[in-house]
Amino acid sequence: MAVARLFSMPTSEELKQRIEDAIPGASADVEDLTGGGDHFRATVTADAFGGLSRLQQHRLVYDVFGDEVGGPIHALSIKTQPE
Amino acid sequence: MSDESNPIRNAITEAIDENHVILFMKGTPDQPMCGFSARTVGTLQSLQTPFAAVDVLPDPRIRQELSELSNWPTIPQLFVDGELVGGCDIVTEMHASGELAEVIGVPEDATAESGNSTEDAPEPAQAPPMQIENRLE
Repeated sequence: MAVARLFSMPTSEELKQRIEDAIPGASADVEDLTGGGDHFRATVTADAFGGLSRLQQHRLVYDVFGDEVGGPIHALSIKTQPE
Repeated sequence: MSDESNPIRNAITEAIDENHVILFMKGTPDQPMCGFSARTVGTLQSLQTPFAAVDVLPDPRIRQELSELSNWPTIPQLFVDGELVGGCDIVTEMHASGELAEVIGVPEDATAESGNSTEDAPEPAQAPPMQIENRLE
């Protein structure tokens, strides 16, 4: 059921992979808070955060997912730290 | 960008400009409709600082316009002096580090970590939740 997979809930492993692919030098730890595939907590460490405000660091992470945040990803709690 | 073109966006901008501290949230401070909004309200109330609150739930366009304006995808969103401070995570982190009180300009003795308010601390003069949609009539 390839079609069904497209609409399946994201997994924490997928989110981790996408963050690490999108943000240079990022290392992410993603937790599915409810097990329901819609409330996640991501802890992200990245070179790219150096010199950015906390707000800008979080935006970089949110930007990986675009409109999915607030949609399929109902909540994405973020903690960022520069390398 | 005329007033007629986007009344909701204009009402949001005005509310942000007019309030030193303003929280866009799901529900109201008395009845938050989301755990993240509830936690952020709790943090602000622990600082004993007055803040305006806007419920984004009555009209989905409020949230949509707000996120376009702020370039921030989630609710709640806290603004101080017209600037986005952040959502629940950032507000919580900044509270823990003392930065939040600094940004808002709360006197230091009001920021004690204990839940007990000092005897002579003023009652939080909380602004009533604003009803943005009422401004559109």
